[in-house]
Amino acid sequence: MATVRLKKGLDIHLVGAIGDDTIVATSQPQSVAIVPDDFHGVIPRMEKKEGERVACGEPLYHDKNYEAIKVVAPVSGTVKEVRRGERRHIDAIIIAPDQGGEAVTLDLKRPAEEVLLASGLWVMMRQRPYDVVPVPGVRPRSVFVTAFDSAPLAPDLDIVLGDKRQYIAKGVEVLKGMTDGKVYIGVREGQNIDAPGAEVNTFVGPHPAGNAGIQAANTEPVNKGETVWTMDIVTLARIGELFTTGKVSFDTVVAVDGEMVQQPRYVKTVMGADLETVLKNELTNVAHSRIISGNVLTGVKVMPNEWLLAPYRHITIIPENNKPDEFMGWASLNPKRYSIYRTFTTWLGGLNKPVSMDSRIKGGERAIVRTGEYDAMLPMDIYGEFLIKAIISGDIDKMEQLGIYEIAPEDFALAEFADTSKLELQRIVREGLDKLRAEMS
Amino acid sequence: MKALRNFMNKIEPSFRPGGKFAKLESVYDGMETFLFTPNATSRSGAHIHDGNDLKRTMITVVVALLPALLFGMYNIGYQHYLAIGQSHTGWITMFLYGLLAMLPVIVVSYGVGLGIEFISAQIHHKEIQEGFLVTGILIPLIVPINTPLWMTALATAFAVIFAKEVFGGTGMNIFNVALITRAFLFFAYPSRMSGDEAFVKIDSALGMGGGTVVDTFTGATPLGQVATSIGEPAMTNIVGEPISCMDAFIGFIPGSPGETSMIAILIGAAILLLTGIASWRIMCSVFVGGLGMAALANALPSATYPASMLDPMTQLCLGGFAFGAVFMATDPVTGARTKVGQYIYGLLIGVFAILIRVYNSGYPEGMMLAILLMNAFAPLIDHCVVSSNIKRRARRAANKE
Repeated sequence: MATVRLKKGLDIHLVGAIGDDTIVATSQPQSVAIVPDDFHGVIPRMEKKEGERVACGEPLYHDKNYEAIKVVAPVSGTVKEVRRGERRHIDAIIIAPDQGGEAVTLDLKRPAEEVLLASGLWVMMRQRPYDVVPVPGVRPRSVFVTAFDSAPLAPDLDIVLGDKRQYIAKGVEVLKGMTDGKVYIGVREGQNIDAPGAEVNTFVGPHPAGNAGIQAANTEPVNKGETVWTMDIVTLARIGELFTTGKVSFDTVVAVDGEMVQQPRYVKTVMGADLETVLKNELTNVAHSRIISGNVLTGVKVMPNEWLLAPYRHITIIPENNKPDEFMGWASLNPKRYSIYRTFTTWLGGLNKPVSMDSRIKGGERAIVRTGEYDAMLPMDIYGEFLIKAIISGDIDKMEQLGIYEIAPEDFALAEFADTSKLELQRIVREGLDKLRAEMS
Repeated sequence: MKALRNFMNKIEPSFRPGGKFAKLESVYDGMETFLFTPNATSRSGAHIHDGNDLKRTMITVVVALLPALLFGMYNIGYQHYLAIGQSHTGWITMFLYGLLAMLPVIVVSYGVGLGIEFISAQIHHKEIQEGFLVTGILIPLIVPINTPLWMTALATAFAVIFAKEVFGGTGMNIFNVALITRAFLFFAYPSRMSGDEAFVKIDSALGMGGGTVVDTFTGATPLGQVATSIGEPAMTNIVGEPISCMDAFIGFIPGSPGETSMIAILIGAAILLLTGIASWRIMCSVFVGGLGMAALANALPSATYPASMLDPMTQLCLGGFAFGAVFMATDPVTGARTKVGQYIYGLLIGVFAILIRVYNSGYPEGMMLAILLMNAFAPLIDHCVVSSNIKRRARRAANKE
């Protein structure tokens, strides 16, 4: 039990926050999809063909290198389409759900790792280094579970958990058996998580305090050669539920919010549900909206005819371009033009008022000029700017030395937002991690 | 704005490949992004971005330079009319004279520099970058007013090509481009860069002013006088009247246009620090380093080195020290980038500037050389600071095993 105070970072207050916490149930989705890109590190090899029936929890595909890693159907139904893109890359596996409701029950007497791999929950976890789906057979040094989401407009994970919180204790027990170290749970101030056996630490401070990587770096940093697992509390509860009932539940509560949402609220649905069902009547201006599965910093842009992506409990909808052809925006004295820097006048009115932000980059890409911008957004003992430069120049030794094993792309999301030079930092970090992973294997 | 947008849309095709002006594509892009914030929305990563960009950053620095620029213009006129014995001329006339004297230098600096940037951007098919916005205004402020325009043009071209473009343009240079311009002039044409004729403009500026100097005229800067004085240095203005530290603080002394007025520079410093563009760590530590070194020199005065007899505060008010500390040392591209490194970098600039000033009578002003020297060492300082982080991480991993 420790309290960690983080000073670096930033809370961005956007308009379109959820007002009341009632959860609205949605109707049965018309289609449900699994998007393989969500499980970074898993190369899909299909097990089901188009037209075949699947039960809830039945494998759709496995990983090319580790056949035990399964990705499963979140509902029962028929595989309607395996949508492929360029070079036969699988874009999505679309299931037409039915009312059958048959579900796979797993044999809990097998070793925990086998059960997790087969259940489809394994791919919901991430490992450091590389921020990929964990490699089977590697015992993690420790496990980091984050119990809150600090991103802009993020859902309150206590609400998302709902009555699933009863399974947290069981989840901790299972994970403790899979690591030689500790299971850490990071909570925010005032949040109450009852998890005997876990080490619960309180994190006080702005975003990204809720990132598992930031919590790890400030409790037990990842060293070269070590592996840790990261996940959020919802995944932990699902693991607990699996090992209590033998079944995985893919029901989820999702926060639907953002400026372009008519009535921001929590919605109860199922993982992978189609957005037409989830967003019914909420979209005000489709042509002008950007729908993000996840939050505005790390989420993925999705089209209205696509699906709620598996890793997220959040859909944010923001304007696509609020102010086309803004005349000499760089000279603006308008305090509503949001900038955290005092070169603009936003700070005069205070930075804590909810602001409207669109998806424009608002500037051209440049070399890194200003100093300290990344460090101010990264509460880790890492020289962010030097690490980014090492990645850009492909210097593997320097990447290692500067701590690339400790980071995930999401940790640089705020720096990307704040960057005057408008570099795509998350993409750069992802490429660096992938390069290193290819080099090491 | 609609009309302007339509006009830009109309002329766009002729600037694209295959068009009549395809060779000016980067110029068109530069104009377009200047007039209209790019409509590009994010494709990867974060979906929202801060409103600040490099254009805003650079323009803010230019704004911070305006007080020094305006006072510099006024002071050129003031020195001119003082030198020709018409010191009662009104301030508007003085300012106008200075404006006309500086205008050609500004035009040449921007013309040559931006011209090269445009060509380079076109060759590399890149967007025109904003770095020269600041450099282009810094050059007229640090080049003596009597420097022939062709020299300024040559030096600017040299600096932009060999100190910046060959390294990859804005954000990639190792040495401060404006200071390279100044250093080029200083070493290529030393006779025009110091002495009686460099800093006070006597002849007419674009047809205005002009006359013959009074008998007591001497155009040497206070630092120049100190360097050549024997015994206790006594500083005078250009017509032989004694001047005080206060005159230097306000700025009524001969010198490069931007560097004379401590007040104007401090206003600029306030803007840079308030907007958070310049590193207060660098700026403050330059002053601390300079003050410390000047105090040390002053504590051990020597007749061989007359500048050692100046009191520390006067040292900081004279010459280019303050201007360099506020606008040159704080250049983030060429300076140290780690927090600890910035203290060391700034401190050493201050120390070296005064060291060169006092103990090397060949160079009455040491700021330029001190900053360029530390520009070269900034990556090394950062390397040492970052190495301690690397070692800490390695130790942590070793302890685990």
